[in-house]
Amino acid sequence: MADLEAPQSKSRDLDKLLLRAGNLVGPDFYPGTEVKALISQLSIVSSSFSDFVIRLLSLRVLVVGAGGLGCELLKDLALSGFRNLDVIDMDRIEVTNLNRQFLFRLEDVGKPKAEIAAKRVMERVSGVEIVPHFSRIEDKELEFYNNFNIIALGLDSIEARRYINGVACGFLEYDEDDTPRRETIKPMVDGGTEGFKGHARVIVPGVTPCFECTIWLFPPQVKFPLCTLAETPRNAAHCIEYAHLIKWHEVHGGKSFDPDEPEHMKWVYDEAVKRAELFGIPGVTYSLTQGVVKNIIPAIASTNAIISAACALETLKIVSGCSKTLANYLTYNGGEGLHTKVTEFVRDKDCLVCGPGILIELDTSVTLQKFIDMLEEHPKLLLSKASVKHGKDSLYMQAPPVLEEMHRPNLSKSLYDLMGRVQKDTVHVFGTALKNEEKQSSLTKLRVVFKGADGVADMDTAIGA
Amino acid sequence: MSEPKTKYDRQLRIWGELGQAALEEASICLLNCGPTGSEALKNLVLGGVGSITIVDGSKVEIGDLGNNFMVDETSVGQSKAKSACAFLQELNDAVKAKFIEENPDTLIITNPSFFSQFTLVIATQLVEDSMVKLDRICREANVKLVFVRSYGLAGFVRVSVKEHTIIDSKPDHFLDDLRLNNPWPELKSFVETIDLNVSDPAAHKHIPYVVILVKMADEWTRSHNGNLPSTREEKKEFKDLVKSKMISMDEDNYKEAIEAAFKVFAPRGISSEIQQISNDSCSEPSSNSSDFWVMVAALKEFVSNEGDGEAPLEGSIPDMTSTTEHYINLQKIYQAKAEADFLVIEERVKNILKKIGRDSSSISKPIIKSFCKNARKLKVCRYRMVEDEFTNPSVTEIQKCLADEDYSGAMGFYILLRAVDRFTANYNKFPGQFDGGMDEDISRLKTTALSLLTDLGCNGSVLPDDLINEMCRFGASELHVVAAFIGGIASQEVIKLVTKQFVPMLGTYIFNGIDHKSQLLAL
Repeated sequence: MADLEAPQSKSRDLDKLLLRAGNLVGPDFYPGTEVKALISQLSIVSSSFSDFVIRLLSLRVLVVGAGGLGCELLKDLALSGFRNLDVIDMDRIEVTNLNRQFLFRLEDVGKPKAEIAAKRVMERVSGVEIVPHFSRIEDKELEFYNNFNIIALGLDSIEARRYINGVACGFLEYDEDDTPRRETIKPMVDGGTEGFKGHARVIVPGVTPCFECTIWLFPPQVKFPLCTLAETPRNAAHCIEYAHLIKWHEVHGGKSFDPDEPEHMKWVYDEAVKRAELFGIPGVTYSLTQGVVKNIIPAIASTNAIISAACALETLKIVSGCSKTLANYLTYNGGEGLHTKVTEFVRDKDCLVCGPGILIELDTSVTLQKFIDMLEEHPKLLLSKASVKHGKDSLYMQAPPVLEEMHRPNLSKSLYDLMGRVQKDTVHVFGTALKNEEKQSSLTKLRVVFKGADGVADMDTAIGA
Repeated sequence: MSEPKTKYDRQLRIWGELGQAALEEASICLLNCGPTGSEALKNLVLGGVGSITIVDGSKVEIGDLGNNFMVDETSVGQSKAKSACAFLQELNDAVKAKFIEENPDTLIITNPSFFSQFTLVIATQLVEDSMVKLDRICREANVKLVFVRSYGLAGFVRVSVKEHTIIDSKPDHFLDDLRLNNPWPELKSFVETIDLNVSDPAAHKHIPYVVILVKMADEWTRSHNGNLPSTREEKKEFKDLVKSKMISMDEDNYKEAIEAAFKVFAPRGISSEIQQISNDSCSEPSSNSSDFWVMVAALKEFVSNEGDGEAPLEGSIPDMTSTTEHYINLQKIYQAKAEADFLVIEERVKNILKKIGRDSSSISKPIIKSFCKNARKLKVCRYRMVEDEFTNPSVTEIQKCLADEDYSGAMGFYILLRAVDRFTANYNKFPGQFDGGMDEDISRLKTTALSLLTDLGCNGSVLPDDLINEMCRFGASELHVVAAFIGGIASQEVIKLVTKQFVPMLGTYIFNGIDHKSQLLAL
C-alpha cells in the first residue's frame, strides 16, 4: 500500500481531521492538502494557498493565564497544529503550583510563569513560536489584544474574565441593521475549574452570549458580616477573618497586610488561635488560615487537563471548522459519578458589553467635559472618572498624570469635532462603574449619534432608542 | 510546612492527608503510552502516586511528535515507554517510575500474573479481545481496572472493579443531620432552656434557627396528631408560623429558620439507599466480610436498636446566626450525641468481629469514627464484567438511547467504537486508517455495525450515516486534545478509586467531541 510507504508526517493524526471532508463539520471547512502543507512545511508560504490556509497561517492565538489551565492550553494548542501563540501572566511560580502546573519544576519557583511555560513547550514541540508576556492584562494597550484571532482564557478570577471580555467585545462593530461585522468578531474560549468540577465555554461576541450576558452564573462571594466577626464568632473562619480584617488594622495601623508574606500570615494565624481559645471555638489551623485569607480554590491536575482540552478542541474547531462548535457552555462534574452537560445560553440583547452599544444622542455642541459628566448621570452607566477612546485615538485619559495633562485641552472641545464631524460612531468609555453597590472597573461601548448633523432624524427612529 | 506538603496543598484541601497517603501507596500500571495513556499518567504523577509502570512495545515515530507531549525529536526510533517514563519522572521525583518495553496485548496472553502486583491498571487503546482477557485477569487478582480509548473525536472510559465501597463519598449537596423533627432528649432539654418570647431584642435575634425549628416542629406535631407538615399548604402554613414569631424585620436567625424549614419536612429515618445497603446480602457478616461490610452489619443493628430507625448522628452543625455561647453549646450537644452513637457502633463492631473469628480491634477507631460520621452517605459501586456487557448489554437501554436526541450520538459512538474492533479483526486495519478506499470502508463499517446491533438483539436499529462517515474519517487517529480530555477523566476516576473518596462513574462514559453531548451509558 502506497500510504504505508509515504514518509510520516508529524501531523499524522491531525491530518485525518483536517484533510478529509466530513458531514458533521462547520460551514467554513475546506479540507485539503494545503492544510497539510500548513502543518508540515510552515516556512513555504505559496501563492497557491487558498484563503482558508492563509487565514490559518497568519492565525495568532493569545492564551491568557499560564497557571493550571494556561499550561495545559499551551501544550494542547501546540499539539493541535497552532504555530503562533502568545501567553500573558503577571504571576511568578510558587511551590503550591507544582501539583498541577506541569511545565514548572521546583527550581523554577520565583520565575515568571509566562516565560517558563513558553520555554518548556517550545523545547518539547518543535516549530511552535510562543511569545511570553510577563505583565498584567490591564497594562497592555487595547491594540495588543487586537493582534489575535482568538483568545483562550485560563483564569481564576471573575474580574480578569470581565476585563478581557470587555476588551474583546470592544473590537466588535455592528452594521446598520445591528448585524455584527464578521471581521470584527474576536472569539474567546473560557475555562474554569474548582476541585472535581469545571466549565468550558465558547464566546463569539455578537453571536453567542458574552461573559457579561451570563454574569449571574457566577454567584457573589459570601462575606461574613463584620458584627459576627467582632461580636459573635462561631467558627474557625470567623476567628481568622477577625484577625485578618479587624485586628491587623488595630495593631499595625497603616501597614497593609500582604498574604504572600509568611510572617504576616503567621501573625494572623496566631491571633486567630488566641481568639478561638477565648471563645472555645475549635478548628483553627495554619492551612485553614491560608485558605480563608487567600480565598484558595482547591485545584487538581486532572480537572484542569479536562477543561483545557475541551477549550483547545473548541479553539481548533472555531478556526478550522473541522467539526461542529460547542453551543455554548459545557459543565463538568466528576465528584459524584460523572456528569457533563451542554447548555445553550442566550444573549442579552441589551448587554452593555457585547450588544450594539448604548445609544447616546448629543447636540453637536456638547463638549467632551460635558459628555464625561453625562456618563456619571446616565442611569445605565453611572460611570465616573471616565476615559474616552474613539477608535485608536484617546480623546481623554484620567491617568497617568502625564497623559491626563496631554489630553486635558480636549475637554473644552466639542465631541463632534473630536470625532471628526461624523454623524454617528462608536466610542469606548473606561472608568469606575457602580455595580451591585460595588465600584468596579468598567469598559463600555457607546453609540454616539449627533442630532442636527445631516440625515440623523431618520436614524433615530431606525435605531429605536 | 515541608516542601512536599506545600506542593500538594491545593489537593490536600480536597482529599486530605488520608487520600494523599492512599495515592502515595498506590502502584499504577499503564498499558500503552500514546497521548491518552501519557496524559492520564501525567495527572497522577503530578498528584504524587507511589509508583508507575509503563508497558508499551512500540518505538517513537515521527507521527507521535504531533500528538504526544511525552516524546520529542531526540526520542524518535527509541522505546516509547522509555521516553514517556523519563519525561513523566521529570514532573515529580517522589514517584517511582519504570517501564517495560513489551506489547501489552502479548503480555496479557503470556504473563497474566504480571498484573497482580498493581493497585490499579490503566489500559489504553486496547481492542475488545484484549479488554475481555485483561478484565478476567484483573477481576481474578482483585486489581482495579480502568479502560480508556481515544478514537478521533470519540472515545470512552470504563471502570471495572468487582466491588468498590465508599465511606467518604463527599456529596456536593447533602441534607445536614440536625434531627429537627426527631430530637433526642439532650437536644430537647437544651431547646427548652431557651425562651422564644424573650423580651430583649438582641437575645431574640440571636436564638439559633435549630432551636427555633425544633420548637416549632414540636408545636406543629402536637396539634397535628404527631404528623409533620406534608402538603404544600401545610408547609406554607408552617413557614408562616415561624414568620409570625419574628419581632422585627432584621432578624437573620428567623430568616434562616424559614429558609431551613424544609429540613423539618424531611422524612425521619434512613434513606432508601442506605436501606438497600443494609439489606445487601454482604451485610450478613462472615469471615470473608470486608471491614466495610462488618461496619454495615453494625450499622444495621444500631438502626433497629439504639438508633430507633436513625443512623448514628453526624455531629456537625452548619454556621447560623447565634450568640457564640448558644452556638458552642449546641455544637457540644451534637458532638456528644455523635460520640455516644460512635461508642455503641464500636462495641457492636467488636462483637461482630469476635463472632466471625477476627481480632476485635482489627478495625481502627478512626475508621469506625469516619464510618459513623458518613453513615448516611455510604456508597457501593459494582461493575459488570466487560465480557458480560459486550455479549449481553441492556437492549432496551441501547434502543432507548438511540431514539433519544441527547443520547443518540453517544450511543452511536458506543456501537461504532465496538464495530471498529470487529472491522479490524476482519480486515486487518481500522476503517479509514489509510487514505484510499474510504467509500468501501464506510460501507463495510456500516455493515459491520448493523450486524453487531443484530447480534446484540437490536434488530431494526440503525445508525445515522453521518456518524458512520465521521468514524471512518477519524481513521483511528489519536488527537492530543481528545486524549488529554479522556485521559484526564481516566485519571480523575483513578484518584476516586484509589483514595476511596468521592464516587466513581458507574457505566461507560462515551465522549462525543463533535457537540460535547457525551453521556454515561448504563449497559
